[in-house]
This record gives sequence, C-alpha cells and structure tokens, in this order.
Amino acid sequence: MPPQRSTVRVRVHPLGDTAVLAELGTKLDTALNTRAIALAAALKKRRDVRQAVAGYASVTVQFDPDQITHEALAAAIKRLATKRPPMDEPGRLHRIPVVYDGPDLYAVAMQLRLSTQEVIELHGRPIYRVFLVGFVPGWAYLGPLADELALPRRPVPRTQVPAGSVAIAGHQTGIYPLPSPGGWHLIGRTSVKLFLPDSDPPSLFRAGDRVKFFSVSG
Amino acid sequence: MLRVLRPGLLTTIQDIGRPHTVASGVPPGGAMDRFAHTAANLLVGNDRGAATLECTLSGPHLVAERACLIAITGADFEPRVNDVATPMWTGVFLSPGDQLTFGGRRAGARAYVAVAGGIAGERWLGSMSTNLMCARGGMQGRALVAGDVISVGEPSVAMVAGRSLAGDQQPVYAERTLHAIAGPHFARLQAESRDALFDAVFSVSHDSNRMGYRLEGPRLDAPGEELLSFGVVAGAVQLPAGGQPILLMADHQTAGGYPVVITVASASMPIAAQLAPGDEFRFAETPIERALQMRSAQREALDLLLI
Repeated sequence: MPPQRSTVRVRVHPLGDTAVLAELGTKLDTALNTRAIALAAALKKRRDVRQAVAGYASVTVQFDPDQITHEALAAAIKRLATKRPPMDEPGRLHRIPVVYDGPDLYAVAMQLRLSTQEVIELHGRPIYRVFLVGFVPGWAYLGPLADELALPRRPVPRTQVPAGSVAIAGHQTGIYPLPSPGGWHLIGRTSVKLFLPDSDPPSLFRAGDRVKFFSVSG
Repeated sequence: MLRVLRPGLLTTIQDIGRPHTVASGVPPGGAMDRFAHTAANLLVGNDRGAATLECTLSGPHLVAERACLIAITGADFEPRVNDVATPMWTGVFLSPGDQLTFGGRRAGARAYVAVAGGIAGERWLGSMSTNLMCARGGMQGRALVAGDVISVGEPSVAMVAGRSLAGDQQPVYAERTLHAIAGPHFARLQAESRDALFDAVFSVSHDSNRMGYRLEGPRLDAPGEELLSFGVVAGAVQLPAGGQPILLMADHQTAGGYPVVITVASASMPIAAQLAPGDEFRFAETPIERALQMRSAQREALDLLLI
C-alpha cells in the first residue's frame, strides 16, 4: 500500500544564508504542532542539517550550505512534511501545583466577568500541551487555553516578573522560569522549577509534553 | 595561566557556544565575532572551537604566570606587552611576568585573546561559553574580575610565534555595511519601510548587548496578524510593533513572535559584532548566492592559517 499523503502546504522562507523557516500553518493547533515536532525530529537526522527546532506550526532549520542548497533543502522539507506524521504519542504528563494568588487574578476575573474561583477552575481543568520550549531558558508555551480565559496581553509589560509566576495571555498559558520582564497576566505561582541548569536538557518541559495544573493553598 | 589585574569593561570566556540547547530555550551563545575568534585560535595552533577571551569595548590587564603564545584579534584596543605596542592578528610570545595591557578603542567593539592550548573555562551544556543570564559556563558564569586566574590547556602542537593573518585579509571595521537577506516576513513591510530599511542609516542603541542590538533609525512598519512564536537565529532582524528593529546576536532569545524582516548574512555577523553602541551602519540587500560567496571567502582566509 502506498504511504498515505496529506495536504499540508509548506512554505519555506530563507532565514539568512544558513537557515530556513518552514511554515506548516498559521493556526494554534495541536495537529499542526504534532507535525512540526515530527518534521523537526526527521530533519535533525539529516547530515546536512545542524539544528531543527519546532515552533507552534513551523520548523526553524539551520543547515550546512556546503552540503545542500536552499532549494534542495526546501524540496526535502516539503517531501518530509507530506509524509503522514507518526501517531501523536502522548507526551510525559507533568502535574504542577499552583497557588492561585497572582497579582492579576482579580483584574483578570473582572475583565472576563468571572469570579476568581471560576478563573481558577477554568485554568486547572484542561490538560495542556507544551507547544514549544523557548524564548528564555525553560519557558514553555502551553495551550490551548479555554476561550473564556482569552485576554490580550497587558498593554504595558512588567519590567520584572518573579520566577514561578503562572500566567495567561491569548489562548496560551505559561510559567516564568526566571525573573524576567513579561506582559502576561499573572494569576498564580508554583514552586516547581522549570529551568534545570544542572540537567541536560536543562528544561523540565519538552515540546509535546502535557501539563495539568492543580490548585493548592499557599 | 594568566592572572587578571584589571578585567576591562566586560571580558568573558567564549567558545563556539552550545547550539543544541536552543530546544530548551537556552541561547546558543559563543563568541560574537566568529571570524576574529577563529583567527585568534588558528594563529596560536588551537582548534577553531577553543575558548578565547572576548573583551568588550576595552581590554583587560593580564599577567602571564607562565610562558605562553597568544594572539589578539578583532577590535583594536591598542594592545601592549610590557608597555610596548604589540601587533594584532599575530602570534606573540609572552614570558613569565609579561604584562598585557590595552589602551583606547581605535576600531571595533570586541577584541579576542587566544592562548595556545585554549582557555580552560567551566563547561556547561557542552560549551565553555559564559552565559551571563544563566550564570553558567566560563568563569563561574560571570565576567572576569580582578584577581581571577585564567587556566590554559596544554598546547597540542609546538608553539610558533609570528604567524599572522595577511593585512588584506583582515576585516575593516570602519566599513559598516551589513549584508542582509530578505526574511520570512519581508513582504509585510510597507513600501516606504522597505525603502528606508536599505536606504537609511541605523545606529546601535545603548540598550544593546550580547543578546541583541536595539536599532535606532526610521520607524519601520510591518503590519499584519500576530504571529505564532517560532525559532529564531542570530542575525535575524525582528520588528516589534513599536517600529524599532532588534538585531539578534549570540545570546539571543531562542524563539519569538515578531516579524523577521531581514536576516544579516553570516559573513556580515563578524562586522555586526564589532559595532559599538552609537555606531552607525547600513543594511545592503544581498542575494543568498552572494552571501554564500562572502562566507566562502572568509573561510578561505581562515584556512590559509592552517597551512
């Protein structure tokens, strides 16, 4: 039986002379992310590829231009992307205790016309997917967040967000692994360490993992 | 071994970084100017990837505790040995007790000091590069301070002084043109912004570091839907909503959701690394083929040092 084909349209853009960005789509979507992670894994096995990192719905590929041209790599990426992706094996499940007492919890509830308790329940209900690890060490983009909790980012980002802050923005949620500036709404905090500098890989979460939050008292 | 009497403004141990860690959100890091870093290593007989000292905007004051072979490349901070001017881009012997000092900044922003045998820093995630944010690698994850003692590995080949990079192969830091390739979101730029990007003069703001340079210049607009975050690379020029571009450098954030309008050619990144806050430069639109030719030419210049 011939391998099943699918109709993913891949756009491959140059990202300088030694990298490309392969876009599989523009939607926050678990199936697209599964494909991106599988494509990155397949590309990493190639000798002419130095790094391949999945985004939400894309793969950033650094390659050796002495071994392959942009055009040939783009063709190879498109070929690999049309292969049926492997079954999305459930990633490791992390259960994360959260003290829901963030400085923005009340304002978030007001803006969403919910009680703080409803915000906490809505946030803790789903099993989220780790779409992508990146930005800063250990940061993971988790989602999708319930529609009822979707809010634009804060108009003015905070200059310093404490490590362990549990935050939401748009259809995403995440945990600040290090003290850093940030524009997301802070609804709680966790004592779980996400950046593990003395481990390799140094991040607790990996792309494709699953995360469930549960409420604990501070 | 080298002892640090004065550290300079920001001197860190750097090698070629840890590119595999980007999937964990850890910046790849490594020397900002890979050409100068590699040249320094090859001039003293090291592997290309050995660790060197990256000296930012000013040089340190070091004392050789043992005889060693060094090479200073990159920015010209008027290096001196025992108060006598010493050539750059050349292997130079230091005897025990010799003092390496630097004067004022004449060109460039980052000087590299390689020592035969390689600088032996702390290794973190496969690299000795200092990551200041994570406080790991190099010298306890921090910049050098007075009193530090820098360990050096055992040279694997005989130490030969006097080897140098020919003058016509040395980069000219006064030529401030960064060749750049249209990026994934170039088409989002409005017509005037597209023209301005390649016509206008930009300058490196004072809010710039090893993570990236905020650029000052005309406001650029690339309107469109919010993007889903994707992996980014050094050289990518991001355009946040405010219209002031950011050029990502060695310790860049590994993912971002801003449009990437152009990406600086790999052969121009050493020039970018030598820009100091306040320096003005231009972008020149460059086809990939030309960028790859420039890249090969640089490599050939370095390969001459292997002969």
